[in-house]
Amino acid sequence: MVEGATRKATGELRLVELFREYDDFVAVNGIDLDVPPGSFFALLGPSGCGKTTTLRMIAGLEEPTSGRIFLGTDDITNTRAHQRRVNTVFQSYALFPHLNIIDNVGFGLRQLKVANWKTKAMEALELVKLADRAKQKPRQLSGGMQQRVALARAIVNEPEILLLDEPLGALDLKLRREMQIELKRIQQEVGITFIHVTHDQEEAMTMADTVAVMRAGRIEQLGEPAALYDKPATAFVANFLGQSNLLPIEVTAVAGDRTTVASHGTSLVVESGAIPTEAPDGLRLGIRPEKLRLVSANDSVWTNKLSGEVTDASFNGVSTTYLVRMPWGQELTVTQPNDGTARATLGEQVTIAWDPHHAFVIGAD
Amino acid sequence: MALVVPGVRPVKRRAVRRWGTFTPLILLAPAMLWLTVFFVVPTFSLASQSLQTGDIDNGFVLTWHFQTYAEALGRYWPQFLRSLIYAGSATVITLLVGYPLAWFIAHRSGRFKTMLLVLVIAPFFTNFLIRTLAWQIILTDTGPVTGFFRATGLIHVLQWLGLVTSDALLYSPFAVISGLAYNFLPFMVLPLYTSLERLDLRYLDAAGDLYANGWNTFWKVIWPLSLPGVVSGTLLTFIPAAGDYINSKLLGNTQTVMIGQVIDAQFLRVLDYPTAAALSFILMATIIVMVGLYVRAAGTEELV
Repeated sequence: MVEGATRKATGELRLVELFREYDDFVAVNGIDLDVPPGSFFALLGPSGCGKTTTLRMIAGLEEPTSGRIFLGTDDITNTRAHQRRVNTVFQSYALFPHLNIIDNVGFGLRQLKVANWKTKAMEALELVKLADRAKQKPRQLSGGMQQRVALARAIVNEPEILLLDEPLGALDLKLRREMQIELKRIQQEVGITFIHVTHDQEEAMTMADTVAVMRAGRIEQLGEPAALYDKPATAFVANFLGQSNLLPIEVTAVAGDRTTVASHGTSLVVESGAIPTEAPDGLRLGIRPEKLRLVSANDSVWTNKLSGEVTDASFNGVSTTYLVRMPWGQELTVTQPNDGTARATLGEQVTIAWDPHHAFVIGAD
Repeated sequence: MALVVPGVRPVKRRAVRRWGTFTPLILLAPAMLWLTVFFVVPTFSLASQSLQTGDIDNGFVLTWHFQTYAEALGRYWPQFLRSLIYAGSATVITLLVGYPLAWFIAHRSGRFKTMLLVLVIAPFFTNFLIRTLAWQIILTDTGPVTGFFRATGLIHVLQWLGLVTSDALLYSPFAVISGLAYNFLPFMVLPLYTSLERLDLRYLDAAGDLYANGWNTFWKVIWPLSLPGVVSGTLLTFIPAAGDYINSKLLGNTQTVMIGQVIDAQFLRVLDYPTAAALSFILMATIIVMVGLYVRAAGTEELV
C-alpha cells in the first residue's frame, strides 16, 4: 500500500519540555524526546507513569500544559487531532460498532477524501489477513481480529507516526506473542515510525529498537533493549526490566579498568567504567540471576564469589531458580540453565560466581 | 456431550426444566390480564362501535356501516393533517432542544447530573392541565414573551410562517406547537440521555484520530450510535402529541383544532359514538403505519 503514497513520510517526532498537569498531580513532568523516522520506539513503564498521557498528547487527544511537539519540522502542538498525520491503535480498539469492517478501515481515508478508499482499505485488510471479513461487524470478530482491524484502520492512512496504546493488552499470551511478531513484520513492511506504549517489558524489548523507560512522568532511561537490560542506570530500571540482585558496595581501590569494591566485607571486582561518575555514595552492584553461576567452593577461575545456603529451589524445565541466603541475611536469586550441570539441593551450601563484565553499578536514587 | 467425569453425577436436566415450563407464563399473566381487560376488550368494543348506526336515545345497533369511516375522514381530514403537522413540528423542536441537553447531562454535567435529570422530570410533579394553563400566562398579550417577539420583529417572521395570525402569540398554531413541545420534552430527553450516556467517548477520540472534524464526528459516529434513543424519543413524543387535545384546546383557536379535540367532542358533546370510534381507529392506523415506516427507515434493528 505504500506504493500508492504520493506524500513522502518524514515520521520524525520531537518532544520538547513536555508537561501535562492535572488539578492534583503531574502526569507528564518534562519530557524531551527525539524519535528518528522509521524506528520502532517503545514507551515502557508501570501504570500511572504518564506514558499513555504522552501518547495522547502526540495524537492530539490531550493538550500539553506546556512544551512543544514537532512532527518533522512542523510544530503541531496547537493543532487538533484530526489535523495531525498521526494515527492511533487504541487499547480498546474503539472500532465503530455501527460500521462494518471495511467502513471502519476506510473511515480515515474517506475523511481525507481519498478517491479509491475502498481499494486501499481492502489492501490494508489483506495486510492483516482479514480481507474475507470486510462485510462483517466488529462484534462478530474475535479480540485478536479486532486488534488487527484497528491496526489496519490506522496504517491505511499512511500516517507519519503510528501510535500503539497497549494494543496487545487484551489478548491472551499466545496471541500476544503472535501479534508481536506480526506487528514487527508490518512495521518493517510499511516503514512508518511506530511508538508503542506498554507496561510489559518483554513486549517492549522484543519489538522495539529503542525503549524509553518512564517513571512518574519522566523518562528514566532511554536506549536499545540490550543496553537497558545489561546496563540499567537506576534501581528502578534494573528491577522493571527483569530481576536483579543488588548489593551495597564501597569502592576500596581503583587500578586501571578494574576497581575493587567491598560488599559486606567481601572484596569484589567491577569494571571501572561501570562506576557512575556522579553520586559516588550509596553505590549498588547489580547482577542478573542468569549471570550468576554455581561453582565449586574451591574454584580459582572466577574472581567474584559469594557463598550461601540454598533456601528455595524451583525447577521450571528450562532452568532452575534458587534463592541463596548470604551470611548477612540477603537472599540472592540465581538462575541455572538446564544444561546438564548438577543441580543444588535445598539447604546445601553453594558458592556463586560471576564475571565482572556482567555486573552493573547504580548510584543512589 | 458424553464427557463423563468420574465421581461426578451428570446434572439432571429435567429437574431444571420443570420450573422453566410455567415460569414465563406466570410472569406474563398479570400483564396479559391487564392488557386483555383494558386494551383488547375495549379495542374490540370500539371497533364494533365504529360500525354501528343509531343515536343516543334509541341505542346503537351493529350494522357493519363502513361508510362512517369514509364520512369521518372526508369531514375531518384537515384536522388529521393538522395533528400530524403539529405533532411532527413539536417532535422536531423537542429533538433540536433535547439532543444538546441530553448530551450535556450525559457527558458534561459532572456532579450536577442527578440534579439535572430530576429537573427534566420535575414538570411531571405538576398536573398536565396546570402546566398547559401556565402557558396561557407565559404567552399572554401583555407578557414579556409577547413583548420580546414584538420588539425584535420576530412576530413578523411568525406571521409570515403562518404560525400566528395577529400580533398576539396566544391562541395560535405557534402557541399550540410550543405547548406540545414543552409538554413532551421529557419524553424526548430521557431516551436520548440513556442512549448518549451509554455512548463510549473513546469512539470520539477514534474519530478525531481518523481525521474527522467536530461536525463529521457528530454526523458519522455520535448520531448513528444515538439512533436508538432518537427513535424512541421521537416516537414517545410524536404518538401522544398527535392525539393530544389539551394544548390545542387551551392554547389554540378554532383554526388549530386537532383530531384529539374532534374525537373528544364527538364522544362527549355530539354523542356520535360511531364517528368518534371511527376517527380513533383511523388515528391509530395512521400512527401504526407511520411508525412502522419510520422504524424501518431508521434501521435501528441494525444497531448494537
